[in-house]
Amino acid sequence: MPDGSLRSAREPHAARPMRVDLQLIADLITPGSRVLDIGCGDGALIGHLFHTRGCDARGLELDMALVTHAVAHGVPVMQGDADTDLVHYPDQAFDYVVLTRTLQAVERPLEVLQHMLRISTRAIVSFPNFGHWYLRAQLGITGRMPMTKSWNRMWYETPNIHPCTIQDFFDLCKAEGYVVEQWLALDDEGHRAPWRRFPWLANLFGEQGLFVLRRR
Amino acid sequence: MDQIEPFAEITHQTAVFADGMALDCGRMLRQMAVAYRTYGSLNAERSNAVLICHALTGDQYVAETHPLTGRPGWWANLVGPGLPIDTDRFFVICANVLGGCMGSTGPRSPHDEKPGEPWGHDFPPVTIRDMVRAQKKLVDQLGITQLFAVIGGSMGGMQVLEWAATYPEQVFAAVPIASGAHHSAQNIAYNEVGRQAIFADPDFNDGEYWRSGVIPARGLAVARMVAHITYLSEAALTRKFGRRLRDASSLTLLDDKFEVESYLQYQGSAFVRRFDANSYLSITRAMDFFDLAIDRGGDLSRAFAGTRTRFCLVSFSSDWLFPTKATREVVNALIRGAANVSFVEIMSDKGHDAFLLDEPDFHRTLAGFIAGCAEHRGLPPKETP
Repeated sequence: MPDGSLRSAREPHAARPMRVDLQLIADLITPGSRVLDIGCGDGALIGHLFHTRGCDARGLELDMALVTHAVAHGVPVMQGDADTDLVHYPDQAFDYVVLTRTLQAVERPLEVLQHMLRISTRAIVSFPNFGHWYLRAQLGITGRMPMTKSWNRMWYETPNIHPCTIQDFFDLCKAEGYVVEQWLALDDEGHRAPWRRFPWLANLFGEQGLFVLRRR
Repeated sequence: MDQIEPFAEITHQTAVFADGMALDCGRMLRQMAVAYRTYGSLNAERSNAVLICHALTGDQYVAETHPLTGRPGWWANLVGPGLPIDTDRFFVICANVLGGCMGSTGPRSPHDEKPGEPWGHDFPPVTIRDMVRAQKKLVDQLGITQLFAVIGGSMGGMQVLEWAATYPEQVFAAVPIASGAHHSAQNIAYNEVGRQAIFADPDFNDGEYWRSGVIPARGLAVARMVAHITYLSEAALTRKFGRRLRDASSLTLLDDKFEVESYLQYQGSAFVRRFDANSYLSITRAMDFFDLAIDRGGDLSRAFAGTRTRFCLVSFSSDWLFPTKATREVVNALIRGAANVSFVEIMSDKGHDAFLLDEPDFHRTLAGFIAGCAEHRGLPPKETP
């Protein structure tokens, strides 16, 4: 996961602060649900969902160091790749599948989303919004690829190979026939941004998009 | 090789099942003994039992000085007070496999039909599932209805998978390490070289070497040497020995011996003192026969359909006997059955043997998985003094 960073190995998951957007996502999930967190990093959301919401939550993570860290903290995580390993999961095995800040980094976003909504009733997806005014301004004024907190790697080494905007994502959901049950714009820290009513404003001022999808 | 005397047989702690046991091959053992050791104590709810399954040449002496060899238990770095498999917290059971030679019924045990003779080469072919059934009888006798965890590496991992597939309700957590759902053709091939080495030893005497009192030491030692190579990685062999010579600084083309040769010869000769050749044949066959998918129409996921067991699979990056690919095959089958799976590949250059060695990431993974499962199982946390 692009921004996955190892946290202290000594603190248990329950006691340590969690990324704000993960807290927001946790609040969207019904207690007792079956949850798969794809690109789960060190498994913070999974531990949180188990301890506070009694969920049967599991994770899939590409980075072996993060997987080891998670399992060593008692969190059920397996090493695997969203692009190739979702195919093994049976239909409707989960109530929620979560993909945070990862969609832009997978090789085949369309297929990943299709699998997510095959194996789960709902999909919760967040991604950094490439339509944010600051990125537009950087590209427009300097004529170079923007660099921000979320887009912080040079174009030739970024894992974020499929950038998209909030508007783009709405279009995709429409084309694929996904129902957008909820959507939010978030700032870089993951706090809810006040652009709820107007997608075009959210697309300009939201640093991340967060969507709850289900099949029609 | 000089004449090697095996260790004298000793008495092991055993549970005897007078009603015997039916085997997969259709034959019946009239009486069956299961030799075992336990560590720690069973709690009042009988919910803290951990069964450890040993590998091909392991035995029940997992966490204590071996009564024959005087060497530390084969997993003494992992099983004990305060260790990842914490005997202060868990009641640990380890049994010698059926077909083994450390007290459980095997080729050295008295023949059912020929009074005064051991089974020898006549011992019925046993399977991994037979081994697991024998362990199940022991676990039942100990009054345990559900094992908190079943843990094992290599052939021990095969038993773990068989436990989870055959007795899913009796296994809360399963940890197959450096293992797979079947042997590859390459695995079978190496085993066959070992078996042929034993058969080719004149002292083998059609498996009736007990008549002469001379064991087929040379054949069994060669079998062990071949197998030992498969337990190590090329990198580990190079690091340990390189092309160094024993007692010489450069090649003289006379009686030179590479360090790696003398190491393997030592491994071979040490092994034959404690292991029985007919047991080696029985157990390697059981490993080769093992195929968890075969009774399920070739679909491994059906072995685990609807399982509620929590799994943790571990592989080692340089293991070429049970490569990560073999573990991933099991992982994918478990996922198809919607099982709860943790899976870690530990970076190590020590080959298959890594599961027995001090690999901090492996030990942290295992300790964390066990702690997480204990929480899910509702076991009380370890009391801190």
